[in-house]
Amino acid sequence: MSSAAAVNDLPQSPDAPSVISLDNLSVSFGGRPILKSLNGDLRGRAIGLLGPNGAGKTTLIHTLLGFHFPDSGTARIFGRDIRGDANQIKSLIGYIPERDSFISKMSCVEFVRFMAELSGLPPAAALERAHEALFFVGLGEARYRNVDTFSLGMKQLAKLAQAIVHGPRLLFLDEPTNGLDPPARERMIKMIREIRDSGQANIVVSSHLLRDVEECCEEIVILKDGRLVVYCNLEEERKANKKFLMLETRGELKPFVAAVDSMGCECAVTSDHRLKIILQNGTEIRDLYRAAAETQLQIRRLSYKRDSLEDIFLKAMENGEGVSEARP
Amino acid sequence: MPSLTGRASDTINMAVLERSYKPYAGALSPEWSRFLIIPRHAYRDVFRSKIFTGFFVVSFVWPLVCAILIYLHYNTTALVATKIQVRDLLAIDASFFQNWLVWPQCMIAFFLAMLIGPQQVSRDLANNGLPLYLCRPFSRTEYVVGKMSIVIILLSLITWVPILLLFLFESYLEGWVWFSDNLWIASAIFLGCLVWILLLALLTQAISAWVRWRVASMAALLGVFFIPSVFATIVNEIFQTRWAHIFDLRALISNVWSGLFGTFVRQGGYIDRNGGLHPEIIFSEPPLWMCWLVLFLICAFCLGLLSRKVKAYEVVK
Repeated sequence: MSSAAAVNDLPQSPDAPSVISLDNLSVSFGGRPILKSLNGDLRGRAIGLLGPNGAGKTTLIHTLLGFHFPDSGTARIFGRDIRGDANQIKSLIGYIPERDSFISKMSCVEFVRFMAELSGLPPAAALERAHEALFFVGLGEARYRNVDTFSLGMKQLAKLAQAIVHGPRLLFLDEPTNGLDPPARERMIKMIREIRDSGQANIVVSSHLLRDVEECCEEIVILKDGRLVVYCNLEEERKANKKFLMLETRGELKPFVAAVDSMGCECAVTSDHRLKIILQNGTEIRDLYRAAAETQLQIRRLSYKRDSLEDIFLKAMENGEGVSEARP
Repeated sequence: MPSLTGRASDTINMAVLERSYKPYAGALSPEWSRFLIIPRHAYRDVFRSKIFTGFFVVSFVWPLVCAILIYLHYNTTALVATKIQVRDLLAIDASFFQNWLVWPQCMIAFFLAMLIGPQQVSRDLANNGLPLYLCRPFSRTEYVVGKMSIVIILLSLITWVPILLLFLFESYLEGWVWFSDNLWIASAIFLGCLVWILLLALLTQAISAWVRWRVASMAALLGVFFIPSVFATIVNEIFQTRWAHIFDLRALISNVWSGLFGTFVRQGGYIDRNGGLHPEIIFSEPPLWMCWLVLFLICAFCLGLLSRKVKAYEVVK
């Protein structure tokens, strides 16, 4: 018998310390390009994969899992090439598919044990870890029930159990909160955070729900039309963005906007009485009040606002033309 | 130490489950043996069916009857008691193994394969189970071999394994010379059954991959065997030939078995419905090499069908 530790300790190439390294990765189906020359070194403990429908998120995960072959370029996971070391890579990976996926006519513990054995665990160890994984995800009491009889939320948890049963170093979670009610979603997010904080596994979460990604990921990758348009550390990106102000006003906006523009500040009117202003260095709030007084505008409310993930996402969707190489 | 009083104050040692994520660093099973995980888990489900278990047990009855027949050949007391002449009994030779054992057992194997085969791949496809297999260090080939081995192992247990045991039994009763003279029969038994089993395994898995409804796939398997057979019979009768047997799986395998057991006759006179022989009408069976070739092509076609369907995800182009 070989050892899992031995597989995990295989020497990595010195120039590949990242979790996932994309090297000009392109994938197309039937001549239609889906992923277009993706480059980047993804290093975070929890990476959120975002993008509109058809952006290529799932295709990227499937390519990294070896389900699709790249047309050109390649990718490396923990320094191992997806073209040549597919089996080694798969032994380090856990995966939650987006769609309902299970093996029918099996109890949940049999199912998770079966998956552990396929990952290479001997039967006894597989059974032991199947029980542990099911207790970890909260299906301990239901582990002898048939997976076919599970609710959608329970199936998602069973999918998580099968993904972590063999103790992978990298988890791909494709829409992990799909179809979950709010308490179940909370629970799933909590578990993802627990796995992340354990420091034993890196996580890639693909989701349409920005809130999910915001709550459990440190870094985000945004894809648009098969191109990588943003790769950033979420917290640093929020801090790096200039603080901007939200103003609620009464009165004629145009003279005030012109005055703010003349101060060199960026200004955007969001509705009749609301506007966003990004302060430039050397400009202070009292200058805004002065300009308001001069243009006879009432400032009813003024608040600071930092970029949310939604702002970052929308900005990427508006401007994104692709980044050649992404390094946070 | 816990006491027998069962009071709440008694201390009881209990296992504590550490509910946290932890990696696995223990030993791994050898990669070559992982395909066998599939049949091991599948049999638990297969033998839950009482109909299947009953059928499986009944399939051993005929080899048992044949074992008694072989035994009677050498038990003079029994022959005297039942007043049977040895000459009245069947000769234990290649023809006995082919017609009395391989044929019936392989037909039983067909129905057994029909019961277990069609659900194997279709269930995984219906439940999107394939990504779960293929995201692990487990290839498509291992998956197909694993699924086929469910059928292969079970059918082996009712075909060549008991027949070879009967061959050994006969050798034990007849003596070493008979064994060494007829060793080719053993290889014919093994090879003949194996070809049939492989064909059944591939056909059931290919049909299972394309026809997801179990009843429909069972019907499809029956159809694959019997519709071409009817067609071949009609063509043969109309054109006064036997060449249409290349469409008939039953006739193909029969020719292959005859070739292996040395009983293949390519050209023969016409035998009418009343059993009358008409030597003036000569029919030619397709040559043996062609029968092997057609079987090989059918297997290759089934593999092609499987390779198109057994994928983690189907790409819609």
